[in-house]
Amino acid sequence: MNETRKHVIQLVMIFVAIIFIVKLFFIQVLDETYAKAATSNIIHHVIEYPYRGLIYDRNGRLIVYNTPQYDLTITPKEVTHLDTLHFCKLFDLTPEEFRSKYAEMKRSRGFSYVKPNIFIKQLSNRDLANVQDYLVDFPGFEVQARTTRAYPYPVMANALGYVSEINQRQLDRDTSNYYQQGDHMGQSGIEAYYEKQLRGKRGVKIKIRNVRGIDKGAFEGGKYDTLAIPGKNLTTTVDIELQQYGEELMKGKAGSIVAIEPATGEILSLVSGPSYNPAKLTGKLYSSNFSKISADTMKPLFNRPLMAQYRPGSIFKIVQAMVALEEGVITPNTRIPCNRNLIGCHGDHYYEDLVGAIKHSCNPYFLNVMRRVVNQEKSEDTYEDTRLGLAKWHKHITSFGLGSPLGVDLPNEKSGLVPNVKYYDRAYDNRPWKFSNIYSISIGEGENLVVPMQMANFAATVANRGFYYIPHLVRSVGDSGKPLPKYSEKHYTTVSPKYFDIAVEAMAKVVESGTGQYRAQLKDIVVCGKTGTVQNDPLPDHSVFIAFAPRENPKIAISVYVEDAGQGARAAASIASLMIEKYLIGETKRPYIEEYVKKGEFLY
Amino acid sequence: MTRADNITGKIDWLTVSLFFLIVVLGWMNIYAAVYDQAAAENIFSTSLNSGRQLIFIIVCIIVVIAILVVDFKFYDTFAYFIYGGIILLLIFVLIFGREVAGSKSWFEIGAFRLQPAEFAKFATALAAAKFIGTSGFRMDHFKDQFMLFAIIGLPASLIIMQGDAGTAMVFSIFLLVFFREGMSPLLLILGTTAGIIFVLTLLVPNHLYLYLGIAAIAGLAIFLGKKTPKRIALILAVGLLVTGVIKSVDYIISDVMKPHQQNRVKALINPDADPLGYGWNVTQSKIAIGSGGFSGKGFLNGTQTKFNFVPEQSTDFIFCTIGEEHGWIGSLLVIGLFVTLLLRIIFLAERQKWRFARVYGYSVACILFFHFAVNIGMTIGLFPVVGIPLPMFSYGGSSLIAFTVLIFILIKLDAHRMQVLVR
Repeated sequence: MNETRKHVIQLVMIFVAIIFIVKLFFIQVLDETYAKAATSNIIHHVIEYPYRGLIYDRNGRLIVYNTPQYDLTITPKEVTHLDTLHFCKLFDLTPEEFRSKYAEMKRSRGFSYVKPNIFIKQLSNRDLANVQDYLVDFPGFEVQARTTRAYPYPVMANALGYVSEINQRQLDRDTSNYYQQGDHMGQSGIEAYYEKQLRGKRGVKIKIRNVRGIDKGAFEGGKYDTLAIPGKNLTTTVDIELQQYGEELMKGKAGSIVAIEPATGEILSLVSGPSYNPAKLTGKLYSSNFSKISADTMKPLFNRPLMAQYRPGSIFKIVQAMVALEEGVITPNTRIPCNRNLIGCHGDHYYEDLVGAIKHSCNPYFLNVMRRVVNQEKSEDTYEDTRLGLAKWHKHITSFGLGSPLGVDLPNEKSGLVPNVKYYDRAYDNRPWKFSNIYSISIGEGENLVVPMQMANFAATVANRGFYYIPHLVRSVGDSGKPLPKYSEKHYTTVSPKYFDIAVEAMAKVVESGTGQYRAQLKDIVVCGKTGTVQNDPLPDHSVFIAFAPRENPKIAISVYVEDAGQGARAAASIASLMIEKYLIGETKRPYIEEYVKKGEFLY
Repeated sequence: MTRADNITGKIDWLTVSLFFLIVVLGWMNIYAAVYDQAAAENIFSTSLNSGRQLIFIIVCIIVVIAILVVDFKFYDTFAYFIYGGIILLLIFVLIFGREVAGSKSWFEIGAFRLQPAEFAKFATALAAAKFIGTSGFRMDHFKDQFMLFAIIGLPASLIIMQGDAGTAMVFSIFLLVFFREGMSPLLLILGTTAGIIFVLTLLVPNHLYLYLGIAAIAGLAIFLGKKTPKRIALILAVGLLVTGVIKSVDYIISDVMKPHQQNRVKALINPDADPLGYGWNVTQSKIAIGSGGFSGKGFLNGTQTKFNFVPEQSTDFIFCTIGEEHGWIGSLLVIGLFVTLLLRIIFLAERQKWRFARVYGYSVACILFFHFAVNIGMTIGLFPVVGIPLPMFSYGGSSLIAFTVLIFILIKLDAHRMQVLVR
């Protein structure tokens, strides 16, 4: 019996051992979930945010950079024996302030007991230096560094755009699956258009940590880590001093200034008024300021040079003239009487040739010119003839980059409007229409719409005698020294270069002895320009001026729109000439014009 | 000196080797369990558990020499004195002891801490062996059996009073020793059955099924057998008894067990119900062992143990280090070592002619077995978490020295087995 009992005991022991070995085989060899659980236990992904690319102006001056910003965070779970008094002294707080701040943090959305919560935002460098050494005495308190955009020049907000945290809608739309919650991305302007180049590439460090979350070094010696790749720097085409000057001139006005280097299509300045200080939409300031700025009735976030659509007004007469010359329906010597029955006009003139008509901005002349373009009697039927003519006209006009977005390297560019046959068919509900129905487009009123960028580009096209490069803001992406490829392509209009000389001559006359002579003329520099006064009932007219200078080998082409400011010869012509002067000479020699512009009383 | 010369030839070197092999493996794993790459301290550093364990190992060697030098008859002669002394210590510790982690089971003398409960095991083994070895002892006599249970019940009760239910549970394994010495297997069978019903009750939330099952089995038993009134009464009585056990489970869980003990039972049944709370220990322990795979992550390359995901990783959960760093192969080796040691001790016990020595030998085997089974069982989720060490493996001076004493008294007795006159 004892022998049996010995065996029973031995068997019990062996049986237990076998159960263990089998169970171990299951959890160690067969079941892989434990290995995965072990990895996820210790692994901690630390995202390394890349430096966003810097932005320079055309002369190498830094206009956007990154600045570190320090927030003090609290992880409540890790806080032990907090010496509140010492802490308050260190951060210059009263105990009451401390308590209310803490209570506020606890109430905030996304408060977490185990993760760092921002307690004091944006410590200055000096504060940080003062407290850094003492922070070890406060477990659970940490300084979190991140970067925000900073601007040495408080200008160009709309063109540069702003950067903010990605929102849910953008996350859902992101098909590349690059972005993650909490990422920052460019939301407008250059920041948005060049987002891919500026953002760089996130790096991930895989770290191992113990059960308290304390870092224990790199996982597998950093084998799976990826380095953050900094974003590419951009060199813009903007002359930041000219930009600054333009914004100074536009202060207190609504409108835009677009200046382009004709030979390259490079945008020298892009002023949208009113504007705001770009620093207001950075970092923590963003959330409090964005709603304020976007609620402003003057719409400072509305990028007027690209988004505002105006009737072109009289400046459109130059385009009309060249189309008519190209179509052969007039010559430079064609004289047309200023018959004011159908349409009003201004000034003393009766029977001008082309240059004279442009100089005096003669409305009946261009009504007649447009009729000659549209009704070339190619068809017996007046209606059909008008359709044929308008289609031709439309082809020429759009070759100047009008009626569709130019392709500027900024988001939300508007197309403007150049009506075509289809447009009028729809407008007249397929009932017949002819020239007498549409004639107001002949002088740049009526259905025509342009954006200021298109008019600046038109000035550049005339300056180039027939071609343009798509205006762009960035001349070099990274170290390439080149803009995006589409900005190196020449675009020719359908009008022969020889007819541009007539336009140039006319525009020179406008400034020399025409509507622009008082305020647009510069000493020693031949400015070619054209005024425009755009009807804006019931409010005062918009003041418009396009120009380029010097006449030979032009360096700058410009369009200026000042809303509700009356005649183009006043506000817009003054601003345009000051900009040209500033850019070509470096300073203005006409302080009275500057004063006139800054005073801003243009209507009387 | 002749005696010392004699004894080197007579002691069982296999047991001694197995013992020291386990001790050294334990020591290395204690180092691995707390190893910090950043600090990079070596295994001898006394700021680490491994360095301190080395001191304990040296103390053990002195203890071994002392045990081997003392006359072998000492343990028989003084069994009750030793037992009585330990009982006194267990009482004193209740009065003067220091409370550590909820148990008042430690003496503190300067920098040293001593846990008398660890030594109660070998003392009780000696006393029980002495009592059974007394001529005229009859296992089937109620009075003798009662005395025997009193001998193991007394220290167990004192230890429960200290709040160390785990160590107290160890004393239940003496039932297996008594079984070997002629006790009716009924008690073992009843105990095991009650345990199975207990677990079944926990696993089957709806007790109605259990009751229906019992009724069906009882009905079947009545229907199939002879339908004598006595038999039917007996079956009904057993059925009612089992129903009573089921009924009592809820009561035991919620009223007798302390909250942390309830949670340990719950964690065993379903560790995923609260993996960050009461299920944490079991979950993390299984993750550590399970992540070791077939051949482990390599010595000092574990992550779960040294980063404190596994609690008590150098004491009660030391087996996790084996599982994680040495994989299934390492676990197999350690389990193999323990089973070999256990079977060798049973072999030693069986070759004793002296009943005292045999009973003592079986006590040694069973105590070691209980620790081995419960400790590894809990780390792999087969047993509730009970805070008892893996013999010779876990970090801790008291337990290491106590196991050394336990085993080497047997080796000493075995070495002199030829000098004993069979009584």
